[in-house]
Amino acid sequence: MSKPPTILTNARMIDPASGRDDLGALRIAEGGIDDIAWGSFPQAPEGAEVVDCGGALLAPGLIDMRAFVGEPGAEHRETFASLSAAAAAGGVTTILTMPDTSPVVDDPALVDYVLRRARDTARVRIHPAAALTKGLAGQEMTEFGLLGEAGAIAFTDGAKSVSNPRVLRRALLYARDAGALLINHCEDADLVGDGVMNEGEFATRLGLLGIPCEAETIPLERDMRLVRLTSGRYHAALISCADSVEIIARAKQGGLAVTCGVSINHLTLNENDIGDYRTFCKLSPPLRHEDERQAVIAALAAGTIDVIVSDHNPQDVETKRLPFSEAANGAVGIETMLSAALRLHHGEMVSLVRLLHAMSTRPAEILGIPGGRLEKGVPADLMLFDPDMPYVLDKTDLQSRSKNTPFDEARLEGRVLRSYVGGTCVHRLES
Amino acid sequence: MTDAQPYFPHRHLLGIEGLSPLDIKALLDLADAAVDVSRQVEKKKATLRGRTQINLFFEPSTRTQASFELAGKRLGADVMNMSVASSSVKKGETLIDTAATLNAMRPDLIVVRHDAAGAVNLLARKVDCSVINAGDGSHEHPTQALLDALTIRRNKGTIAGLTVAICGDILHSRVARSNMILLAAMGARVRLVAPSTLLPAGIAQLGFETFSRMEEGLAGADIVMMLRLQRERMNGSFVPSVKEYFRYYGLDREKLALAAPDALVMHPGPMNRGVEIASDVADGPQSLIREQVEMGVAVRMAVLEALAMHLPVKA
Repeated sequence: MSKPPTILTNARMIDPASGRDDLGALRIAEGGIDDIAWGSFPQAPEGAEVVDCGGALLAPGLIDMRAFVGEPGAEHRETFASLSAAAAAGGVTTILTMPDTSPVVDDPALVDYVLRRARDTARVRIHPAAALTKGLAGQEMTEFGLLGEAGAIAFTDGAKSVSNPRVLRRALLYARDAGALLINHCEDADLVGDGVMNEGEFATRLGLLGIPCEAETIPLERDMRLVRLTSGRYHAALISCADSVEIIARAKQGGLAVTCGVSINHLTLNENDIGDYRTFCKLSPPLRHEDERQAVIAALAAGTIDVIVSDHNPQDVETKRLPFSEAANGAVGIETMLSAALRLHHGEMVSLVRLLHAMSTRPAEILGIPGGRLEKGVPADLMLFDPDMPYVLDKTDLQSRSKNTPFDEARLEGRVLRSYVGGTCVHRLES
Repeated sequence: MTDAQPYFPHRHLLGIEGLSPLDIKALLDLADAAVDVSRQVEKKKATLRGRTQINLFFEPSTRTQASFELAGKRLGADVMNMSVASSSVKKGETLIDTAATLNAMRPDLIVVRHDAAGAVNLLARKVDCSVINAGDGSHEHPTQALLDALTIRRNKGTIAGLTVAICGDILHSRVARSNMILLAAMGARVRLVAPSTLLPAGIAQLGFETFSRMEEGLAGADIVMMLRLQRERMNGSFVPSVKEYFRYYGLDREKLALAAPDALVMHPGPMNRGVEIASDVADGPQSLIREQVEMGVAVRMAVLEALAMHLPVKA
């Protein structure tokens, strides 16, 4: 009748939701986690497919709350097929895609299009974030109710910042009624001005115009006050500095419904990685000083920063092989997010459980979707990985259609062996 | 039953705020009698014979102005309409200058509509005659609340104890403000139903129940009062779109079915069909919308009569 169950046995299982870390086995049936045996390896039933994990680490598939895709409109950079292949190779089984496409995802018909394309071509789960304002113009809120019914699970202007406080105030109020999550990228365009990298000594030496941390902290502080005014729910997409951490910590202490994320780049790179004008390290917000990086790492470990995102942003030669000041922002990262994050584990800065929590359990909670935990009854979205396997990244091996990775030729430790979505194996590392 | 003429102790009608339940009852009783007059072939009374009524409208209005004009004429007054297009306001005259100019013409009653809250109160302090507020900004529209109350009382027999859901753009609505105060004063349970973007701040502290979901706000309601949503507020500023507004806040048959089985539907007009109300509900058997218009003339007659009690009898 139905597919025989799959048994993943001899695995070191980590459930970041409970913090449990133990050997055991897990049974998949009907696309879901059917049973979990902690500390034991029960006899597999007749006819079951048995996978010996060889002591590798089994954890919930990662949930990435921030990835840009080129479909529709820029399919040469990334399609749902290529994005999801990259995701599966990186252990990411659920993606929140940004609405910055052409046309913009600000209409229920576009949400429907994304979901259909994803269903037909993607191998991992795709949840669209719809635009917060029409056309990402920052002026008029979109149809949170109808877009939500169509399948959008969050609202954001993606790489753009909603800067008009009146618009954001009303959007927060209206979203509260609709039960919608708003995500804002905090960046004051006027303070950024012509700046292209973190303001400071290094920018001065390179002769590049700087972007102060205040370009982030001023809109973030303003947004916290709007959240308090409206009792709304708010997620700051990307935090990059110590002052922002303090603002978020204060908001959380004050009982505001606020969460925030940090990109994998800001956890593992700093402004010095720009080196000789490497445009793949040109990001928004910019890579900061090492002190700021240490502060966001500490905030991640403490839980002040909730989630790690890839901020995967495919760019091609035309937008990146340019003088630094003229190049576009963004780096691909969905495939290397786990390997890069494991640097913090190997460096003993953040525990493995907390890292996995920030990339699976916490995003699921914030987005209100199932997954992110090893529990009976949840979808069998899983990743099996070896946290110590070393490799040197060759960007031509990346599944993404765009190769703008800041980790090219970097030594990384930790690789995904297998990824499962709904119990189906969607990625298997070639040996 | 008493033979005494209902007594109204105020010189102006600037708002519902400040009226006692007895004052309101007096006006409604007078209005009941005015309905009978309006239904006769001979509709003319002599109460205001020789009196001058000026309708001063700084904001365009068709039905309210027509209603006041008709009410004045049925009471025998000489009615003059002044609208902003033909007034000297366009030439830069201030509100107070206009008031002084009109005052010099010795009117007995001035009916004023203005787009700024408090403008009618200001004008009332500068003239010697009685002033009726026909709507000032988002503040008050007392005759609309009175005509709504009259319509309810004539259909339900009473106002006390009824659950009234006022739905829509509460934030900008003078109709909502006047109705909230009046209905609460008369013992009704008032619910305010709107997206949070269209609810004024501090409304909960004023003691009104608020709902952001129509389904909850309408449950068991005896009266469903819909408000007009201005076009400029529909497209992303306060609500995302007409389509979304109608879906979640427009009164259609499905939502109305959640109210009490004998619930009645009201709207101050002019309606946006397909925005805040579906046509089949607006024209359906539970709708009182046409009756509200008839009651409008009667209530305005009652107000004019009540204020006439205080007009000096000697020049």
